[in-house]
Amino acid sequence: MSAETMTQAVPAAAATTASRRGFGVSGGGITLSLYLIFLMLPIYWLVIMSLKTNAEITSGMTLWPQQITFDNYRTIFTDASWYNGYISSLSYVAINTVLSIGLALPAAYAFSRYRFLGDKHLFFWLLSNRMAPPAIFALPFFNLYSAIGLFDTPWAVALAHCLFNVPLAVWILEGFMSGVPREIDETAYLDGYSFPRFFARIFMPIIANGIGVTAFFCFMFSWVELLLARTLTTVNAKPIAATMTRTVSAAGMDWGLLAAAGVLTLVPGVLVIWFVRNHIAKGFALGRV
Amino acid sequence: MGLVLDKVRRDVGAVTHIHETSLRLEPGSLTVLLGATLAGKTSLMRLMAGLDRPSSGRVLVTDGAAETDVTGMPVRERSVAMVYQQFINYPNLSVFENIASPLRVKGLPATEIETRVRAMAAIMKLEPYLERLPLSLSGGQQQRTAMARALIKGADLVLLDEPLANLDYKLREELREELPKIVRGSNAAVVYATTEPQEALLLGDCTATLSKGRITQHGRSAEVYRRPRDLITAQIFSDPPLNLLPVSRRAGQLLLPGGAAAPAAGALAGLADGDYQLGFRAHHLTLRPQSAESLSFAATVTVSEITGSESFIHLACGADDWVALAAGVHELEPGAQVTVHVDPASVFVFAPDGALAHAPSFLAAA
Repeated sequence: MSAETMTQAVPAAAATTASRRGFGVSGGGITLSLYLIFLMLPIYWLVIMSLKTNAEITSGMTLWPQQITFDNYRTIFTDASWYNGYISSLSYVAINTVLSIGLALPAAYAFSRYRFLGDKHLFFWLLSNRMAPPAIFALPFFNLYSAIGLFDTPWAVALAHCLFNVPLAVWILEGFMSGVPREIDETAYLDGYSFPRFFARIFMPIIANGIGVTAFFCFMFSWVELLLARTLTTVNAKPIAATMTRTVSAAGMDWGLLAAAGVLTLVPGVLVIWFVRNHIAKGFALGRV
Repeated sequence: MGLVLDKVRRDVGAVTHIHETSLRLEPGSLTVLLGATLAGKTSLMRLMAGLDRPSSGRVLVTDGAAETDVTGMPVRERSVAMVYQQFINYPNLSVFENIASPLRVKGLPATEIETRVRAMAAIMKLEPYLERLPLSLSGGQQQRTAMARALIKGADLVLLDEPLANLDYKLREELREELPKIVRGSNAAVVYATTEPQEALLLGDCTATLSKGRITQHGRSAEVYRRPRDLITAQIFSDPPLNLLPVSRRAGQLLLPGGAAAPAAGALAGLADGDYQLGFRAHHLTLRPQSAESLSFAATVTVSEITGSESFIHLACGADDWVALAAGVHELEPGAQVTVHVDPASVFVFAPDGALAHAPSFLAAA
């Protein structure tokens, strides 16, 4: 082949690529838009429902509220049976997240730094806890907590969720800790740090991203889990999701109120994601999950 | 303060990392641990630091005539500093805080910390980077941060584990000059591990050569270099590798591999009959005869490395691989035939068990 034909061939090829790329961008744009609409539609529908009156919801389909009302939200924030649901949900999620990370930090450190008899088996066994469906633990927990007086408290749910969150937290944190060279620990001891001081001042800040990722996962599981949370509570520590399902039948369907409760249930998740988003991005890149 | 290893041994599982070793480090001295990778330099240093516990034996700290047993004492209660080959700094602390860390733990007043850190940063040329995080610095700057942290607390024992190995050439030379000056002033015992014989000669008052978890020789660097106790030590302390030639001496004749014979003249005249290994360093193997008694060999060039002022010529001579050093640029094509010469006056003679049978006179071995 001569050089001449080659130089002729190049611009032609370039033109084809360019046109394909142009098509690709708009095609991708359309796909992305469709995907986003598909993804956001239920959330949008939930939000507009929460701002409508029951009459408008039941009378027919409207794409946006004809008359915006905040009555649904007002009910939730003033009625104790509603806002207590949020308080108890948030409290057991917070207790659980703190407990899980507090227990998992030393365990993960041991798994990452020391070799001991059966360490690998124990490590895998921890994860296998996650394979059990929560339902099978509902009955023993119910009976146990009733016997010792923990039933219907946020602690009951928080402790039950630890069964699933502690192994997960250990697993995630171990990955991050193993990414920190052991020589850092030794340097700190040589510098004169005691173990607790080293752990709090040097080690935890280094794995801050890992702790962020772990907190996120603990929150996610505990906030979303319903079966244990509902079984282990009745009135005082009833989670919000249970409140929602139980108030349905009180005076027919209060659609608008339910939608408002749904929107408010989404808010903590959104807030958590917002605060840990940088940690998550860095965390996923650095450690293994 | 000095350090004494008393019959220290370290086993990990069924493997012996450090065979029974006794060693005495004087205060204010710089000892170079010289050995190939995996010779046990790091293991030995970890025993000295107290990071690992010896399987048997004792580690003692000497202060004048007094000796304190520190075996098993937690490192944070010892006065030890260590710099690793990898650049180890606290990634979440600024360079300033990294260097200040040992002083902060000691609880010194902030003003004193400030002055001492700034003074150390000046020596290590880190002043412009004090507010940065270590990972945003170059490798050399990171390692200098680690060294500054190790040196600032004035520990009695300073362990430097191949600190310059991962640095670029220019920086190594600079730090190699600086380092002895910085540590000389103190009363600390400094240990410096390296794989490079040049560093041992440049830095160390004393050198301990290490092979397979054993100290083969410990003494003044020049002494170890010129009179290695055995073949292993000579090999550790030679770069390029020591050239070896198996010979046997029968009735005044040296029988060389390949059937040739040469009169056992000069320095080799006094040996008893028997089998020997002759060892000579690259710069004693030359392209021109040095004296009338020089032994001559025909060899084939395999590679020549030219640095400019000198050329390393890698040769195949019979079954042996040799390196010769020639001054100036010698462009020898691989496969070229050359005659190389070695003066018996500069040859080490080793018995079959590796022990030194004859060393060249002190000057000739230089």
